[in-house]
Amino acid sequence: MHPAFSVVFFTTATGAGYGLLALLGVLGGFQIIPPDFWLGLIGMGLALGLIIAGLLSSAGHLGRPERAWRAFSQWRSSWLSREGVASVITFVPAGLFGIGWVFFGRSGGWVTIAGLLAAIGAVVTVCTTGMIYASLKPIAQWHSRFTLPGYLFFSAMTGSVLLNALLQGFAIGSKTLLAASVLLGLLGWGWKVTTWRYNDRLEIPTNANSATGLAGGTVRSLEWPHTEENYLLKEMGFRIARKHSARLRQITQALAFALPVLLLAAAFALPWPFAAMLSVLAAIAQFAGMLVERWLFFAEAKHTVTLYYGR
Amino acid sequence: MTCLPSQSGKKLGLVIDLDTCVGCQACVTACKEWNTGGHMAPLTDIDPYGGQVDGVWFNRVHSYEHTTEMGGRTVNFPRSCLHCETPACVTVCPTGASYKRASDGIVLIDEDKCIGCKLCSWACPYGAREFDTDVGVMKKCTLCVDRIYNDNLAEEDRVPACVAACPTSARHFGDLGDPASAVSQLVAERGGVDLMPELGYHPTNKYLPPRAHAKRAASVAAPALEPVRAEGGFLGWVDRMLSN
Repeated sequence: MHPAFSVVFFTTATGAGYGLLALLGVLGGFQIIPPDFWLGLIGMGLALGLIIAGLLSSAGHLGRPERAWRAFSQWRSSWLSREGVASVITFVPAGLFGIGWVFFGRSGGWVTIAGLLAAIGAVVTVCTTGMIYASLKPIAQWHSRFTLPGYLFFSAMTGSVLLNALLQGFAIGSKTLLAASVLLGLLGWGWKVTTWRYNDRLEIPTNANSATGLAGGTVRSLEWPHTEENYLLKEMGFRIARKHSARLRQITQALAFALPVLLLAAAFALPWPFAAMLSVLAAIAQFAGMLVERWLFFAEAKHTVTLYYGR
Repeated sequence: MTCLPSQSGKKLGLVIDLDTCVGCQACVTACKEWNTGGHMAPLTDIDPYGGQVDGVWFNRVHSYEHTTEMGGRTVNFPRSCLHCETPACVTVCPTGASYKRASDGIVLIDEDKCIGCKLCSWACPYGAREFDTDVGVMKKCTLCVDRIYNDNLAEEDRVPACVAACPTSARHFGDLGDPASAVSQLVAERGGVDLMPELGYHPTNKYLPPRAHAKRAASVAAPALEPVRAEGGFLGWVDRMLSN
């Protein structure tokens, strides 16, 4: 599948943004993170900024963005529509929580309820994003049990690393959150490696025989219907050389998982401001690494239409 | 509404005979010609006379070499929308632009509602939908909905343009929901198949596999001519005179 940057950035940014929003909603709502104007403003600004930037980026991917409002109508059948509805609804409790927690400096009561609802909305939205991909049967690498948990794990991982960087920056970092970020980093790493291993061994039942209805023997493409690449090949026939794939997987593992885990482990032992600097560095490295991971998620996915072209 | 309708029983579609298709591309050009002025018009061409030709087509004919123990053969394979019974391209649509008609099962796009998110083309395993980068919306085969019900056309012309154009009658149009229809009987007789049945889209269109090779070799040479026997009598005399 063609890795369009707008969609790669969209899923990565909203994943991190919703992860951070969910953590702020729960931890802020229950006063585990005390209300603080600047911390709250930057934290909620970062979470909602990532979400809004991601959603705008995804709208840029549309052929007719001016009609995007229509996408809220088909939530009964379409995961993309459900994602649109969930993302917009989540802004309501997130906004209320932001006003109460940041501007009124309150937690408890309606602010807690709004924070919890924002967290639930964030998790639901990430699930709908994952299901858009997991529900597509023609793409075996996506239509698997690894896709939805992957989106949830990576959202939690990037969100917690961002929150840790934020709290460390304000010198109120907690060892528990550091430990949680390291553990989520290791979980995400393990999940990604397992997913790759599963995809590499995937035996897809659909082949050129079933695609053409020609039973038995071999079916070899003699001639395409057209001389140049068409929409199908540009959008769904994207291929990546095995050697580049291997190198990009190494880069993903280094930037998204290994480096952040090492930096955060080092931050355990170091005093402020060094721990804060390492935490911020870990968040930046991880975001860059997750962009590579998401690019590969698209580039390595193979659509059944390529069978008609002998690919 | 992108929820699928409860079926009325009528399932209009095509039956494509891979035995007789000669790959002449007449259906491809007839489709383009009709539909670039039809329901989903225009079928935009980008840089049509340049080096990077691209454009929207509803019907594309591939050629394959099918090799089995019985030997190899060339199979020409027209590929277009199969108007599936459970089309994921319809249910994934977030706007309601994609829909399946309850009355006859045709899958269509309302171009005025399409936002061009391309998700329907990802959900179609057959590559039936093509994005028009110029208009910014998705396009697909309409089963010539503007021909088959068109009272301005003579009755024999009320078939999809690809079917009307086929010089070898490799394309058949009819109601596959009616077991007594000519197309249903053809499918039953020739063992018509679904494409990618394992994905569970339940395509309406059926493909007739090429007929089996004949077990005996085809007789190539005509029987040897027998020598003309010498005749007696008057005809023998004529023969001898003419042979001199």
